[in-house]
Amino acid sequence: MEFAELIKTPRVDGVVLHRPFMPTVEGTLCLTGHHLILSSRQDNTEELWLLHANIDSTEKRFVGSLGTIIVKCKDLRVIQLDIPGMEECLNIASSIEALSTLDSVSLMYPFFYRPLFEVIEDGWQLFVPEEAFKDLESMTDEWRLSEVNKDFSVCPSYPSLLTVPKDIDDESLCKAASFRHGGRFPVLSYYHKKNGMVMMRAAQPLTGTNGRRCKEDEKLINATLCAGKRGYIIDTRTIAVAQQAKARGGGFEQEANYPQWRRIHKAIERSNVLQESLIKLVEACNDQSHSMDRWLSKLEASNWQSNVKEILTTACLAAQCIDREGASVLVHGTEGTDSTLQVTSLAQIILDPACRTIRGFEALIEREWLQAGHPFHQRCAQSAYSNGKPRSEAPVFLLFLDCVWQILRQFPCSFQFNENFLIMLFEHAYASQFSTFLGNSVAERVKLLLSQKTVSLWSWVNRPQELERFLNPLYEPNNLVIWPSVAPQSLLLWEGVFLRWNRSTKCLDEAYQEMAHIIEYNKELQNKVNSLRRQLAQLETEDSPLQTP
Amino acid sequence: HTHIYTVEQVKLLDRFSNKSVTGTLHLTATHLIFVESNSTSAQEIWILHHHIASVEKLSLTTSGCPLLIQCRNFRLVHFVIPRERDCHDIYSSLLRLLRPVSYDELYAFSYNPKQNDQEREEGWQLIDLAAEFERMGVPCDQWQLTDVNREYKVCKTYPRDLYVPITASKPIIVGSSKFRSKGRFPVLTYFYQEKKAAVCRCSQPLSGFSARCLEDEHMLQAISKANHNSRYIYVMDTRPKLNALANRAAGKGYENEDNYSNIRFQFVGIENIHVMRGSLQKLLEVVGTRSLSMTDYLVGLENSGWLRHIKAIMDAAIFLAKAVTVEGASVLVHCSDGWDRTAQVCALGSLLMDPYYRTIKGFMVLIEKDWISFGHKFADRCDQLDPDPKEVSPIFTQFLECVWQLTEQFPQAFEFSEWFLIQIHEHVHSCQFGNFLGNSQRQREDLQLKERTYSLWAHLLSEKQNYLNPLFSPSVAESHPVLEPSTQAYHFKFWRNMYNQYDRSMHPRQSILKHVLTLQESKRELEGTVQALKTKLQKFGVSTSPLKPQTPPRERSLPPRPQSLILGAPLLSRKEVQQEEDKEVFGEEAREDAPASTGGERTVEGSSATENGYGELMGSFGSKNEPGVVTLEFGVARMTC
Repeated sequence: MEFAELIKTPRVDGVVLHRPFMPTVEGTLCLTGHHLILSSRQDNTEELWLLHANIDSTEKRFVGSLGTIIVKCKDLRVIQLDIPGMEECLNIASSIEALSTLDSVSLMYPFFYRPLFEVIEDGWQLFVPEEAFKDLESMTDEWRLSEVNKDFSVCPSYPSLLTVPKDIDDESLCKAASFRHGGRFPVLSYYHKKNGMVMMRAAQPLTGTNGRRCKEDEKLINATLCAGKRGYIIDTRTIAVAQQAKARGGGFEQEANYPQWRRIHKAIERSNVLQESLIKLVEACNDQSHSMDRWLSKLEASNWQSNVKEILTTACLAAQCIDREGASVLVHGTEGTDSTLQVTSLAQIILDPACRTIRGFEALIEREWLQAGHPFHQRCAQSAYSNGKPRSEAPVFLLFLDCVWQILRQFPCSFQFNENFLIMLFEHAYASQFSTFLGNSVAERVKLLLSQKTVSLWSWVNRPQELERFLNPLYEPNNLVIWPSVAPQSLLLWEGVFLRWNRSTKCLDEAYQEMAHIIEYNKELQNKVNSLRRQLAQLETEDSPLQTP
Repeated sequence: HTHIYTVEQVKLLDRFSNKSVTGTLHLTATHLIFVESNSTSAQEIWILHHHIASVEKLSLTTSGCPLLIQCRNFRLVHFVIPRERDCHDIYSSLLRLLRPVSYDELYAFSYNPKQNDQEREEGWQLIDLAAEFERMGVPCDQWQLTDVNREYKVCKTYPRDLYVPITASKPIIVGSSKFRSKGRFPVLTYFYQEKKAAVCRCSQPLSGFSARCLEDEHMLQAISKANHNSRYIYVMDTRPKLNALANRAAGKGYENEDNYSNIRFQFVGIENIHVMRGSLQKLLEVVGTRSLSMTDYLVGLENSGWLRHIKAIMDAAIFLAKAVTVEGASVLVHCSDGWDRTAQVCALGSLLMDPYYRTIKGFMVLIEKDWISFGHKFADRCDQLDPDPKEVSPIFTQFLECVWQLTEQFPQAFEFSEWFLIQIHEHVHSCQFGNFLGNSQRQREDLQLKERTYSLWAHLLSEKQNYLNPLFSPSVAESHPVLEPSTQAYHFKFWRNMYNQYDRSMHPRQSILKHVLTLQESKRELEGTVQALKTKLQKFGVSTSPLKPQTPPRERSLPPRPQSLILGAPLLSRKEVQQEEDKEVFGEEAREDAPASTGGERTVEGSSATENGYGELMGSFGSKNEPGVVTLEFGVARMTC
């Protein structure tokens, strides 16, 4: 298919662009296969380059022959285009509609994007499972890297290499896989170096109504316990939801069959509920009514903050089991690709200082989200302005980022990255020139030949020029476990994302600059002191023979 | 301090978890002091009697007799005293102590910071309102100082020195004062020099349904004429219209636009003291709830109406500032008596217009002018003496909160940080300094406060470094003198550091403010070191390049910050504070495994999983009837099957 077929009117002059907190721009609107471009064709004026993939929905209306298209983006921005001429406006609107909803992954922009920078460090090679396993091997010999899923047949949503207990052979793994939803048998998620406890993740066991059991599954998870030790199973669903799942063939671990494990149920919402929550939240944030009661009641009704609190609480609980109780943990929900990953990845941020560095956080996203098979393509197909009936869209990853931001707010000196880094990840998960978040699983990414045909987000982000604006000036490595507060008073609305386009941030940005400046100057002074000291010490040693006689 | 009572083995329960510590409770003439017995971490809590709002003795439990103490600075402590007799003794002593019957019993009259008389006098001379009016450019060709209230004869609750339009003669003033509640006639409180526009304040007119007063009409005319930039003046009635209407039946009310020439009358709709009192009570109930869910928190926040009231005050102040700075019109502000809402709106409006009030000294001047001198009834509102619960209301607290909301929107516009606001709030209720005692200037003179007590302003200025906002930028104030805050509802946030200030587990474990202040401190040291090293190097004949010029060094030194602020620890002596500071390294707040013996209470608290409310995991496995499912609740593990 040619993009040209979809573009009936490639160019319109005299289009006026309105954006909040920015002057209006009049110029020429161009449509390309992947971008909506507006240029005033004058120097010094900013052009608008908008990826079609970033467009969540559009609205059009007419006053006489002047048409207006409201473009609502996945990054929550809303812009308005005034287009003279009814026909032009209709053509543009239908082209945007068609181009922003292309079904085929291989037509996405990453397959056409050619970087203008030289790729020095290939992001595709940065976080391979073998490397992570080497680190693990240096700490313990209880685990092995299994190739049982090398052709993705045992579990289509798992990567080809998986870390499993050393004593469990591939045959048992296959049997355990057949007992778990989507074949997602228990695998290692995190090894807590301090006490050797581990966190594993899986999907729900397929016990069904008649209480099926699977010896291999039981053996597999028991193999992770030290002698005489017990573990915790954290089921991210309420007991009622878990019970209902039995009717559909799912279920939970019966205590009789897993006597060494204690099960804890939490109440993280399912993905379709989360999408509803996001839509309501964004609607509340865009309400211009200025009424306090209305704002608070809409914020409450969206349930977004409740979701943040519940997810964080569950992650803290998992971390608490591992670090304070000295027990191993298995986390799962239903499919093990959404709430499970929120919990396991957040728990690692709490427990493991390495995850609070930029590289470590990237590795965490690779391990616990991309390779763990979070279906990004499905979840991020639409954002808060989606009109249609939601299919499988859900802000699961955005909620995770929100929770990270909450911890960052409470420990502003313990993270190497700043809020901008999290916002950037949110943007790229929904629409990007890079392909890191394309596809739903490793299997799909391999099939699409992404690493050969496209550029990884990490190849771009990790360049020093880019990295600079994501660095947290307050960062001082902190090797401790960080326990955030989950009291409602401690959890804030993530303004950087949800109010980003609704307020002027000039004052806040300037204050941030000033803070960075103070820190920078202090570092310079410290360096100066050090170099002067060295200089002095050198002179003193040179002089000493002269002075001694 | 005279010791009255000591009880050992008292338990202090944590408000939000099941934790408790044991220690000794001391009751002195001025404080209730709890000293933890654990000799190594030994936290101390000092509670000034004046801070105690209520004491409640709950029914006896197996572990002892619970005593619940609620403080005006939003601290809530829950003691369990082993013997009921002791509990009763403490309870009844406290009841006696915290209801002083005369001003002489207030702490300010016994507090002695070891200053001599001269130092004390200098403290009181720090703030000079005549100089402040001069700074605004008053007196001038349109405004003059009147001596009509020199003897407090025209208005008992106003200060002696008042500024009025030059065309307002004494008969007009006196006539107008007779037509205004409590004699509070229109006077100048702020003069916007750039547009020659005035902010005036008064109380409601005694207009009833039809009464009028020519002198009062002349008075408003005079105010209008004093400003050539505008043909009209605004009259802002800060009450909801319904309240103003109701007042008419009592012979009071609001200005009839037909009788006053060229006025633009406007209701603003700030609720009265009783509504505000109830609102704060509801808010505190919500944020003091254990295991508070997000839904209950947000619903409670909404139902309390607190933020709605804060926004109403802010809206009014913005209206005032716009009328003055954009339209160049003079504004007359009043409510009923003109000492609550009027004070809020005039003070906040001036702060929006004038960067001076956003400095530490300027903020003190502002409070002295619009609150203290114009007779905000601190004694009644803050329940200092002879309590009438119907008179108590958090009007001044709301003003401080509005300022805090502004600091959130404009992080570089204020010389002070929120610690300054919190500390002022602390002392408005502490009765430790003379400034806020009594209800009016006249009463303060009768009490001879300047001779017998110390000034808070001197005390705060002496530790100014603690209250600085490191990001403050005077150049921003120069380029944008008038603040134009957004009034979108989402800009108004719950002020956790005020209303939950003693609930430390809720606060960020690393404070950016503190971090940057510490950097400022070390900067000075480093600059000194660089200088010293250079001098040494010069002895070797080495010339060194000057320090990077692009960052102008600011002269700031930083003594340790008082612990009483957000961290809730008692005010220790300087030396102790210093030691405490030294112990703390950034990031260590997060030390979850700090043994209790090494760090102060501060390094340990709020950093363990159990205190943060994810729930405690119940003991060991293996009991016979082991339940299948464990639900973890806030602080309590509850078992269900």
